[in-house]
Amino acid sequence: MAGTTTGIPANVTQGSQTKGGVGESMLRPDGTLKVTGEFAYSSDMWHEEMLWGQILRSTVAHAEIVSIDISEAVALSGVYAVLTADDLPAAKNYGMEYQDTPVLAYGKVRHHGEPVALVAADHPETARRAAAKIKVEYKELPVITDEASATAPDAVLVHEDRGDHHAGHVPHPNIVHRQPIIRGNADEAAKKADVIVKGEYTFGMQDQAFLGPESGLAVPSEDGGVDLYVATQWLHSDLKQIAPCLGLPEEKVRMTMAGIGGAFGGREDISMQILASVLALRTGKPVKMVYNRYESFFGHVHRHPAKLYYEHGATKDGKITHMKCKIVLDGGAYMSSTPSVVGNASSLSVGPYVIDDVEIEAIGLYTNNPPCGAMRGFGAVQACFAYEAQMDKVAAKLGMDPVAFRQKNAMEQGTIMPTGQPVDSPAPVAELLRRVKARPLPPVRQWESSEGADVRALPGGLSNTTHGEGVVRGVGYAVGIKNVGFSEGFDDYSTAKIRVEVINGEAVATVHTAAAEVGQGGVTIHAQIARTELGVQQVTIAPADTQVGSAGSTSAGRQTYMTGGAIKNSCEIVREKVLEIGRRKFGSYHPAWANAELLLEGGKVVTDGGEVLTTLVEVLEDEAVEVEEEFRHRPTEAFDLRTGQGNGHVQYAFAAHRAVVEVDTELGLVKVIELACAQDVGKAVNPLSVIGQIQGGTTQGLGVAVMEEIIVDPKTAKVRNPSFTDYLLPTILDTPTIPVDYLELADPHAPYGVRGIGEAPTLSSTPAVLAAIRNATGLELNKTPVRPEHLTGT
Amino acid sequence: MRVNFTVNGRQQEADDVWEGESLLYVLRERMGLPGSKNACEQGECGSCTVRLDGVPVCSCLVAAGQVEGREVTTVEGLADYAKHRESAHPGGGCASGACGTSLQDAQQWKAKGQDSQTGEGTELSPIQQAFIDAGAVQCGFCTPGLLVAADELLERNDTPSDADIREALSGNLCRCTGYEKILDAVRLAAARQGEVV
Repeated sequence: MAGTTTGIPANVTQGSQTKGGVGESMLRPDGTLKVTGEFAYSSDMWHEEMLWGQILRSTVAHAEIVSIDISEAVALSGVYAVLTADDLPAAKNYGMEYQDTPVLAYGKVRHHGEPVALVAADHPETARRAAAKIKVEYKELPVITDEASATAPDAVLVHEDRGDHHAGHVPHPNIVHRQPIIRGNADEAAKKADVIVKGEYTFGMQDQAFLGPESGLAVPSEDGGVDLYVATQWLHSDLKQIAPCLGLPEEKVRMTMAGIGGAFGGREDISMQILASVLALRTGKPVKMVYNRYESFFGHVHRHPAKLYYEHGATKDGKITHMKCKIVLDGGAYMSSTPSVVGNASSLSVGPYVIDDVEIEAIGLYTNNPPCGAMRGFGAVQACFAYEAQMDKVAAKLGMDPVAFRQKNAMEQGTIMPTGQPVDSPAPVAELLRRVKARPLPPVRQWESSEGADVRALPGGLSNTTHGEGVVRGVGYAVGIKNVGFSEGFDDYSTAKIRVEVINGEAVATVHTAAAEVGQGGVTIHAQIARTELGVQQVTIAPADTQVGSAGSTSAGRQTYMTGGAIKNSCEIVREKVLEIGRRKFGSYHPAWANAELLLEGGKVVTDGGEVLTTLVEVLEDEAVEVEEEFRHRPTEAFDLRTGQGNGHVQYAFAAHRAVVEVDTELGLVKVIELACAQDVGKAVNPLSVIGQIQGGTTQGLGVAVMEEIIVDPKTAKVRNPSFTDYLLPTILDTPTIPVDYLELADPHAPYGVRGIGEAPTLSSTPAVLAAIRNATGLELNKTPVRPEHLTGT
Repeated sequence: MRVNFTVNGRQQEADDVWEGESLLYVLRERMGLPGSKNACEQGECGSCTVRLDGVPVCSCLVAAGQVEGREVTTVEGLADYAKHRESAHPGGGCASGACGTSLQDAQQWKAKGQDSQTGEGTELSPIQQAFIDAGAVQCGFCTPGLLVAADELLERNDTPSDADIREALSGNLCRCTGYEKILDAVRLAAARQGEVV
């Protein structure tokens, strides 16, 4: 032990860690509240005098509004307000990237289900009845539903007077954004190809289908402002959009995060926030709004449906010569985040492969279909579905094993992306494929167990539709690449306020951020990071609100990286300040205060040699240290609008899947038997939630492969299936076992080496399932979801 | 209309109930028991599952008038229900009214935790504890319904196979977890139940 010459007792700590730090599997701090029913979700908000808000939505997709008659609705007993766009207090439009979305439709409606009028009443049923009594007269307009109708020279314009910064760059006003990428010379390189494979793919419109409906409570305040309790992915982005529509300064709109029942991108855009606030300000009473499931399907943006046209060439020895593609994304009636989705789809359209010569074009359309925006995987999902189908086709034409073909062309650290950006952290694409392939296959004909036949294990399950006669098995593989965080020069940052103080004789850290906990486990890791950095056991996570700086969005796999980084940053400064206090108080007692590297561990100040100098409690006494700091990742730049060149992305994430399916070829029923995943997570801050994220993302990819799709009538642009009866989600019976194998190859540029986790598994699981079904049936299958009629040819 | 029924072991009375109101609405908005969730209100997702005379039902599909004179157990009463399972008649929960919550407690229900922020220290049923331990809770919106359904499964089948678990929980949607950890949780609760016996 180093000499202890002062009156301060010193010990050498055994080990060094504070329990519950980075890298440990930790249980959720909100787990108990969630299993007892006490956790307050946004739809659980309640106020004694509250009214209920209700929206009247458009019954047609594209029309001029001729008149709105609210007289019968107003006359109903219990109704406090009936509002139309004419009653809005200030700005009539909002939007994340460009303000083209009306709070309530005026002049025109542009999609089925668009909000037209608003009611507040003392009972939700009264509000619904009142809304039903509002008479709207529409003069219907022709609907734009696809690329051909959108880009026809005489096409009706969805927005006649576009003023956004993309407007001047697009070939037609019904195109939201266009991003080409040209690198090398695809036509020249194609001459070297021994085989050329073309394909046309269709990706259906998927819904986030989070279970907790859009909801919240707006309470008017005495200063003329509003207190808003809602579930959102990004409080500060909401605030920027809400305040102008209420005609209030931002400080008069105080937002507090209510419990969030899932998000997956569907809560990035505003839903009921402005509407409830307008009603609250108008009536002077608290207003609660809860969308029912029907409304929820209309109340948030969906995943862009897409058409994808691909061409790949390869030499006989299995090297890809070139790639050409065109990706058409349907953005629906309003912009939302379509430009960024277009940027992602184009820049990630080659997949995790080395292809020097490419010719890429991605466009996003304005149509009268439901608006589309963010959903887990954000533009990379659609591309992955197509390029992975192409990989199988090329491999088959060459007579090569599909995994070996992918591995031969796999990118690695150092590969140059088609945008010219080098991949400067690990990219273990070939290894991830090797891992899923090396896994033993599940036994065949599992329904014939030793205890006798169990029809539940067959496609069709309890329906008892087969005893295995027409059932065939298939195996398929896929791998994908996803960018992490916000790209293309976006000033992306997060803020964290950290406070340490002594409470009841113990050092306690409080972490205050505006980050949304959507279920992903942020609250767990925020505490883990604070424990690791500050060496305190007790960490309190303060409720997320707008009293602290922006945390950015809980999306794009960025929140552990960004808010985790902000917490780490702030904690480092807190630590310095704590040590300064310690130096001031105890510096004269022990030379280590001046000479040694000091750490905070287990509630103590420790030298790097392990000698304990004092406790945090003794350092702090009744002082508190508080720091609010931001964290930024390294800057990115916009893609060139003609060539697509530019260092546009921060980080990449990679995942691979192997799907094993059994198909009843007589009835067209599919049972996914196993969906194994291998993914590089950089650093597993909380291994338990890492696995949960990967399994959840995998299941959403499975859903879109075999059942999930919002069906829009191509003639009327009306949504046909806005309910959980008709929009099918995977149940526990549809979801196979999902073994997960994760690598931790640290990204040297990221805090703790983390890599965004939540999105990548959503990419590759869909094409893996499709590949397995093709392998089982020999069918081409170029659409998601695969439906029984596609398998039986009926 | 007035509806008299038993919620989590205590006699309750709801006044001014509209004919069309669901049991879910009465529980959430009139009884102050928001634990049963409102995800689809169409009987498709199972988030609002409660036990009605012991049988799991989607409370969104039950008209409030249908519960007159009957017994309802929600997630808020799950721990108590599990505790008194032995003494209760099948499906009865705690019919005597000796356990459960008072009207006032029910209307301002709070878990009896030691930590107001996390609820830590609350007495939980084995299935609730297993969901936490297995990492089966993410956003948690489906959790109350899944817990009620899983608890009922374990009551009638203490050694369920994976196929049994999948069958019993097939009416409960979860969008976050991919169901693997939910299976783990039910297996864990069953194993712990087995150890006790």
